[in-house]
Amino acid sequence: MLIKLTGGTVYDPASGIDGQQQDIYIKDGRIVAMPTDAVVDKEYDLKGKVVMSGAIDMHTHIGGGKGNIARTLLPEDHRQDPVHRSDITRSGCGHAMPSTFVTGYRYAEMGYTAGFEPAVLPINARQAHMEMADIPILDKGGYVMLGSDDYLLRMLTAKKDQKAINDYVAWTMQSAKAIGVKVVNPGGINAFKFNQRKLDLDEQNSHYGVTPRDILQVLATAVKEIGVSHPLHVHGCNLGVPGNVQTTLDTIQGIGGLPMHLTHIQFHSYGTEGDFKFSSGAAQIAEAINRNKNITIDVGQILFGQTVTASGDSMRQHANHKHASPNKWVTMDIECDAGCGVVPFKYKDQNFVNALQWAIGLETFLLVNDPWRIFLTTDHPNGAPFTSYPHLIRLLMDRSFRNDVLSTIHPEAQKMTSLASIEREYTLQEIAIMTRAGAARLIGLKDRGGLSAGNWADITVYTDNTDRQKMFEKPDYVFKDGQLVVVDGKVVSTKWGTTHVVRPDYDPSVEKGLKDYFDRYLTMKLGNFKISDDEITEDGRGSITVHPLKGEVA
Amino acid sequence: MTEITEVPSPFCGIGTDDLTIKVDGVLLKVIENGCAVNTPAFEQPITDISARVAGQEVSLEVAVAKAAELLKDTKLPLIGGCATDVNGMRGLLALADRSGAVVDNMNFTGARNNFLALQDSGWMNTTLAEVKNRCDLLLVVGTDLEAFAPRFFERYLWNKESMFIEDTSEREVIYLGRAPSGEASTSPKGKKAQVFPCAIEDLAEVVAVLRALVKKQPIRATSVAGISVADLQLIADKLKAATYGVVTWAAGALTYTQAELTVQTLSETIKDINDQNTRCSGLPLAGKEGDQTANQVCGWTTGYPARTRFSKGYPEYDPFLNETKTLLDKGEVDALVWVQAFNVNAVPPVTDLPTIVVGRSGMTFAKEPDVFIPVGTPGIDHAGHAYRMDNVVAIRLKKLRDSGLPSTAQVLNAIEQAL
Repeated sequence: MLIKLTGGTVYDPASGIDGQQQDIYIKDGRIVAMPTDAVVDKEYDLKGKVVMSGAIDMHTHIGGGKGNIARTLLPEDHRQDPVHRSDITRSGCGHAMPSTFVTGYRYAEMGYTAGFEPAVLPINARQAHMEMADIPILDKGGYVMLGSDDYLLRMLTAKKDQKAINDYVAWTMQSAKAIGVKVVNPGGINAFKFNQRKLDLDEQNSHYGVTPRDILQVLATAVKEIGVSHPLHVHGCNLGVPGNVQTTLDTIQGIGGLPMHLTHIQFHSYGTEGDFKFSSGAAQIAEAINRNKNITIDVGQILFGQTVTASGDSMRQHANHKHASPNKWVTMDIECDAGCGVVPFKYKDQNFVNALQWAIGLETFLLVNDPWRIFLTTDHPNGAPFTSYPHLIRLLMDRSFRNDVLSTIHPEAQKMTSLASIEREYTLQEIAIMTRAGAARLIGLKDRGGLSAGNWADITVYTDNTDRQKMFEKPDYVFKDGQLVVVDGKVVSTKWGTTHVVRPDYDPSVEKGLKDYFDRYLTMKLGNFKISDDEITEDGRGSITVHPLKGEVA
Repeated sequence: MTEITEVPSPFCGIGTDDLTIKVDGVLLKVIENGCAVNTPAFEQPITDISARVAGQEVSLEVAVAKAAELLKDTKLPLIGGCATDVNGMRGLLALADRSGAVVDNMNFTGARNNFLALQDSGWMNTTLAEVKNRCDLLLVVGTDLEAFAPRFFERYLWNKESMFIEDTSEREVIYLGRAPSGEASTSPKGKKAQVFPCAIEDLAEVVAVLRALVKKQPIRATSVAGISVADLQLIADKLKAATYGVVTWAAGALTYTQAELTVQTLSETIKDINDQNTRCSGLPLAGKEGDQTANQVCGWTTGYPARTRFSKGYPEYDPFLNETKTLLDKGEVDALVWVQAFNVNAVPPVTDLPTIVVGRSGMTFAKEPDVFIPVGTPGIDHAGHAYRMDNVVAIRLKKLRDSGLPSTAQVLNAIEQAL
């Protein structure tokens, strides 16, 4: 079947197309060049409409144990947003931490066609993939978490060489079916198990004598050397601590030019100035990002309202539990591998700290110059549920709207932010870069995030509207792999997306040391730990898409 | 005849995956690392291979069609048991969503003690590998741990090597409320557990005093439920002195009303200890016959644990009103689907309602159900996934033999399709 999308205004930064009228042809799930002789089976008249590729959320907590703890913790939140079944969709719940089916529907209804879970614990990777297997429509993938696992820390203490660490990282990525590597509070989750309650960049783990700086260095090097496109994905030290802007600047400086992605940087951009000893470090951070081309970031914008924070950072989440609202929270130490912490939050515009957090995120968006190196996230659900993206896009694209909201937040926070003076408004092309082309490039997705021939036909069509929130919350059409899945912001059909992975090489002898370690210290046999392809594909719905490593011919 | 090694068990809840099983046709024999729970569960012979309708053997297709016919015009069917693997639960929840059923896991009334505490105030928990490598003090509350999981001590406490405990046989074990039934908790060096028994229903009072002592509140009484306050002070002091204390309980063993408050008090005590400059964690025991699996899959599919109804077209969780016994006693449901792929002895409650059993081959009934479809057991007859007690680790279950029995998922998906 040949589908023609006629006359839309196309924003396709991957091909350098910025608002040009173009026809797009779809055949067998992919975008194809204009056929010379074929008959068009179905045509959509898109004159006056805005056409982008399907959006990609490069950091969203959609699969894995901590998310399910968050769900279990908050029945009262689900009851505010029950979701009925229909002839083509399953029932579930929405709001802060939606059920898996609803996650897929609601992302698709906003024009998103892929989401990446950033915190896949190796030992919990099965669960992450099983949950993501129940998210319809979206493609998915995960970044596997390392850095607080005892195996790596033992390697560092034993002064194993970089090659050995590379093998371990590559092996873990393959075992857990990952497309990236993440580190969360490097070594801090481990230190918490030894009763350390904070860990600065150069502070030693009391047992291993290893510092976060050491861990970042070897992991960023490993990711680069094994050829993984996505740079080491870093949730830094001291999340949420006033004054952590210096930690973040030191982290950027310390990585010495290696590729590094700093995630939810808003939570790591706090100074200690002012009457409340809490201030914005966004300008310093943005200046450092603009200067250091090896660094990419996503923001982790907070938006006001009830949500729940679910993080691998058990150390910081334990410290933050005093802000829990409602007052209930969970932390876990997990399998000599990692940990997690789940703390419900209600961000309030009349709370000075929350109001300034909101402004810090927006300042960061607006002060970083290169949209290819900054990504639109709320760190769902930690800063806000993903369903708030259209509102966030309006804040970025519409200065008068932004300033209207700014004038309603805590007055002391208004005084502490430069936001009112920032004139920048994001363009449609910049939004398309942040949420499509840039995200696909950052993750290393082949044939996604663009609209040129050869790409998979993940396409979103909007009606241009000066109210950008209205525009982005209700696309006219969404195609996933060429199948029409959404019309007028509602799911009209469903399908199953693929799981994106990379398969970096490792020396098979790496398993010798690992087998011994598993047998002696862990609770599972090495052979039972590794996830097989079957586990993702055997139900007939899932599939695996392997992406090229750096240097490989795509 | 073949031998399969490193076989994971879905039966014991503690994720043992070192069994060696000899397979001879469809006969299984556990030849290494069996235990009182796992060995009989694996060795249970296959008896039924064909489905029955009204006691008569029929094809699978006929049985599925009959099941769909029975469910077609129901107002509120109940899907009980819910003891299967991840794919089985996926099929079960799809069927429930379509038929507007109530879903209730058979062990939920016990698990409710944990869920109510979790959903009211939360907790700080740990997992088995952390216990194996870090735990220097284990407090067992109200539970006969070795009867629950016979190999717990061997695998996770008296392990020869540990990363952070120099001599594992020096670990301390304290029982509060219930005494152990055997000697598994005695260390390899002969060091015995300390035991402070009381009537199980008095545990609420005992742990309340323990928490007060941890928080340094003055206690005027000298004993509580037969346990001296001095002994409880000793336990409190040891928990605070431990480097990585672990408190464990089985929610289902706390068989008295409002036992969720005991779980909550324990969990809050653990939090209090973590505020006194040391680490301490909880370790709820569960994971038998797919109970964690049911709650996990129902959790991500609906947002709620596995005591949830779909009769309004969307999931509604109620840990009390959606209980199987209540629904049957009050006549609120009009059909029963019983799903139990693990345990032939866990038969459905006897009822006059139309009853469909999707059960492990070998199940026998006091009253023949309208439809019985024998299914394979996950981890024996087909591959699958099941959650361990600590909820983080999903184990990959292996297929050990070719029995020809369908999986729970295949049967439930077929019924759903037929509706």
